[in-house]
Amino acid sequence: MTENVTKKFLYVNRKAPYGTIYALESLEVVLIGAAFEQDVSVAFIDDGVYQLKKDQSTDGIGMKNFSPTYNALGDYEVTQIYVDKESLDERGLTADDLMNLVYEDEDDDYAEKSSISIVNRDELAKLMEQQDVVLSF
Amino acid sequence: MSSIEVNGKSIETDEEGYLVDRTEWTEEAAQILADQDELELTDNHWEVMHFLRDYYEEYQIAPAVRVLTKAIGKKLGKEKGNSKYLYELFPYGPAKQACRFAGLPKPTGCV
Amino acid sequence: MTLHTVNKSPFDRNSLESCLRLARPGHSVLLFEDGIYGALKGTRFEQLVTEAVKSNSIYVLLPDLEARGMRADKVIDGIKTVDYAGFVNLAAENTRVQAWL
Repeated sequence: MTENVTKKFLYVNRKAPYGTIYALESLEVVLIGAAFEQDVSVAFIDDGVYQLKKDQSTDGIGMKNFSPTYNALGDYEVTQIYVDKESLDERGLTADDLMNLVYEDEDDDYAEKSSISIVNRDELAKLMEQQDVVLSF
Repeated sequence: MSSIEVNGKSIETDEEGYLVDRTEWTEEAAQILADQDELELTDNHWEVMHFLRDYYEEYQIAPAVRVLTKAIGKKLGKEKGNSKYLYELFPYGPAKQACRFAGLPKPTGCV
Repeated sequence: MTLHTVNKSPFDRNSLESCLRLARPGHSVLLFEDGIYGALKGTRFEQLVTEAVKSNSIYVLLPDLEARGMRADKVIDGIKTVDYAGFVNLAAENTRVQAWL
């Protein structure tokens, strides 16, 4: 009798990669959570936008470069990735500085589409208000 | 900490039998791990294991079974991208068992 | 002389601002780990750091830049890149090392 209720989950990432464990922890939680087939969105604001910077290369610091794993989000059906425009602006970054994260749209003949939306503060605030659960990292 | 013996060399495994260091993996190591599970490896098994190792190389994670099934279907065809085919090859779970044989960590998102 | 080290992002903490406010002219400042974000052009802190370059020698650790997807050509003019050996030399050349956490 129990209906499988889909809830809206938003993961909010506000930390730079490597300096702390938050970014990697969040990514793992998102991937594990994706197995439960909820409606998942991921937002990157403040220093969190640095997680999506392309060309990361950790050979010199002896840490695992986990940035390629963001490219697997589409396979895990995490296709709604929101990046705060103001956070990019104050860091001198643009969409071109970010990894090109994509997914294949099953409802559109598996066309490859971008997962990333650059959003302003109103869009972000609205997104946050729509959620059942907001998880912060 | 346990280990397996491969060509006279000891390779460390964790408590669930996954290799601690995936760079120590060889095809002989896969064979020994499969022997422990009394599973005979065929070309179809190797195809999945190599697919998993390539996936790890590209994304730095071992995919969850749902993701693996879909990705195999895309790369190797529909007749292979379904759980029946994959469970027949790897009865203890196509992602978990195949990843273990392939020297990869436990899949991310397998619960 | 003092070598000041900053390993936090200027957007996350005020370590860089406090360091630059209190470092004496002539002191050296090394930015590493998440501190490297303070060395980059185009950020909200560029002006502050550009000012500081006039009175302090500022260095940034290259492996930490590269890990975070940044290149030396994104670094503010006047900041020098160093590797780990360069970091050690700086620590050895100065009489004290002050870490701004």
